[in-house]
Amino acid sequence: MSVLDILEIILTFGAIIVLTPLLGKYMANVFEGKITIFNKIENLIYRILGIDAHEEMTWVDYTLNILVFNLIGFLFVLTILMFQGRLPFNPQHFAGLSFPLAFNVATSFVTNTNWQSYGGESTMSYFSQMIALGTQNFLSAATAITVLLALVRGLSRKSVPEREAKTLGNFWKDLTRSTLFILIPLSIILALILVKQGTIQNFSSYVHATTIEGKDQLLPGGPAASQIAIKQLGTNGGGFFNVNSAHPFENPTPLTNWLSLLSIILIPAALTYTYGLMIGAKKQGWAIFAAMMIMLMVGTFVIMKSDLGVNMMEGKETRIGIINSSMWTGWTSAASNGSVNAMISSQAPIAGGVAMLNIMLGEIIFGGVGCGLYGMILFVILTVFLSGLMVGRSPEYLGKKIESREIKMIILAILAPSTCILLGSALGVSTKIGLSSLSHQGPHGLSEILYAFTSAAGNNGSALAGLNANTNFYNYLLGFTMIIGRFAVLIPVMAIAGSMVTKKSSPPSFGTLATDNAIFVVLLIGVVVIVGALTFLPALSLGPIVEQFLMNKGILF
Amino acid sequence: MKILINNFKIFLFFIILTGVAYPLFITVVSQTIFKDEANGSLLTKNGKIIGSELLAQEFKGKQYFWPRPSAANYDSSSSAASNLSPDSKTLRETIEKRASANGLERNSNDDLLYASGSGLDPHISPESAERQINRIAEARHLNIQKVGELKKLIVDNTEDRQFGILGRVRLNVLKLNLVLDEKF
Repeated sequence: MSVLDILEIILTFGAIIVLTPLLGKYMANVFEGKITIFNKIENLIYRILGIDAHEEMTWVDYTLNILVFNLIGFLFVLTILMFQGRLPFNPQHFAGLSFPLAFNVATSFVTNTNWQSYGGESTMSYFSQMIALGTQNFLSAATAITVLLALVRGLSRKSVPEREAKTLGNFWKDLTRSTLFILIPLSIILALILVKQGTIQNFSSYVHATTIEGKDQLLPGGPAASQIAIKQLGTNGGGFFNVNSAHPFENPTPLTNWLSLLSIILIPAALTYTYGLMIGAKKQGWAIFAAMMIMLMVGTFVIMKSDLGVNMMEGKETRIGIINSSMWTGWTSAASNGSVNAMISSQAPIAGGVAMLNIMLGEIIFGGVGCGLYGMILFVILTVFLSGLMVGRSPEYLGKKIESREIKMIILAILAPSTCILLGSALGVSTKIGLSSLSHQGPHGLSEILYAFTSAAGNNGSALAGLNANTNFYNYLLGFTMIIGRFAVLIPVMAIAGSMVTKKSSPPSFGTLATDNAIFVVLLIGVVVIVGALTFLPALSLGPIVEQFLMNKGILF
Repeated sequence: MKILINNFKIFLFFIILTGVAYPLFITVVSQTIFKDEANGSLLTKNGKIIGSELLAQEFKGKQYFWPRPSAANYDSSSSAASNLSPDSKTLRETIEKRASANGLERNSNDDLLYASGSGLDPHISPESAERQINRIAEARHLNIQKVGELKKLIVDNTEDRQFGILGRVRLNVLKLNLVLDEKF
């Protein structure tokens, strides 16, 4: 590792630390409606659409709206994909997708997973990419932000004895503000820089070229930059092209690589600061940020160290190099993004193992836009609860009591995705149909299947891409896993928001556990790691861990 | 029913905004101010498109610099990687084959031994370029003085890390070969 490499790493982590409070403050202003001109714009939109976006919603109303809105999105994407052959902007005349594949892609993009069991440039028309997939890139990210905002209000709104708070805000308003004033402006900036650097943005048919040695070469086209910008910023990760951000048309230069990498973590990181501001205690936000950052750094450095140990450029791009590939794998798995700039399957076994663990912990190391933070808040509450048990005091967070209903919901939200990962993988490795998709023998084969279910349950979308996932078996099974991974967390979070908002808040007393200091950060990391490790260590040992040991001994498969 | 209609209305609004207006806006701006880049950084020679600066094309002739191996077989309309794990027998055998074809040591970390992530990596490292000098010099019957110029050509065409920090030092194979044809 050279001095320049170290400087590049510091610059990358440093940029996130610097940008977090800046973007965080802006987002808080947007969510709280403090920017007058934005209020005028959104009110105009609500008037035109004829909806009442100022009416407060209870948790049941709010959740119902989320579900209906996402169901509409799902049916819309499904329809477009199946009939893309008859729709415009399809210069390569791609046929409509089969139902199992369309089902998989639709769930994948609605749940912010963006798992791809198809090759972009050989399957999807420009119309499908823009109208179906591009739109969901925005809306799935915005949906998660609305859930986070509902939870924040649940925790911060004060209930008083004479007037119990019941409502959590308005779903449409939160959705509009997140999309219109945060995701779209950031995407426009990033997309234009990407194009300047060489990412393509056109509607042309694929171009025929005659190479210097006289061969025919077919150069792909398409509105890539606009889609790639939101794929990174919205922690979606679904590439325009098959090889995702390894493709020179997606990620042409070291600068686009760096900016894309920052965009993966940017909003999830900044939201911790927004959270601190909105609950009126900045330190609470920083404590969560610190816990996430420490876990991100440890994971990323383990990946980097193991990749440098293997020292192979297979599956990596020259302009990007090993270190930037390792860093990307660490960040994209932690942040529920799932885009890749190098093939994880060709990285060191332990690198793939850390990526899997990052996802298995619940996508809470920054995690997806919105969902990373609401997932982490569940762990914060769990930590407070466990600490309360240890010292024998009734647990409370931000002055509100934590009771059995909340803990039950948290357990549900943690167990549901974990169960899907383990049961799904078990089904994959114990059936002929599951095993027939493998491209590797030995422990790497187990890793391929385990990674697939982990990625789906964590709504991540990256893959050990040797696995041929475009089969009915995987398309359906992973599709259902994605749905459970998304909604079996989202609904419990909304239920917690709904019960927390009605609780009276009391000022901190002598016995209250502080949740904004270093001790709490350590406790929180401890709880996250213990819960994750207890659940997944056996599976990881049989996959990436044993593979690394065998490889170090020179055993090949 | 009302909940369905309201959500449908707002969904339609966002389809138009994020699915139509946003990509069209980016396209119009890009096609106006970054036209070449937006259309794939195409290179032309005598008025004909010979490829894209950003996508590798296959070179088999001994008189040319060769790009990295491609799991996509250099098919730029279908990017692909090998996805082979570092402990795969298939990968180790492939590396041996590439090593003997290129006259390289098989334990080196030369780019030319490993297929890229996209299958379309347009770059090689300066070391990989230097290792090809002898072959090219032989194929083009270059004298010692010319070989010196060839070495200088590599140095001149080496792209540094962006802003001196980001990414890696590299050479664009297609652009290098165009200059090569021009000068030698």
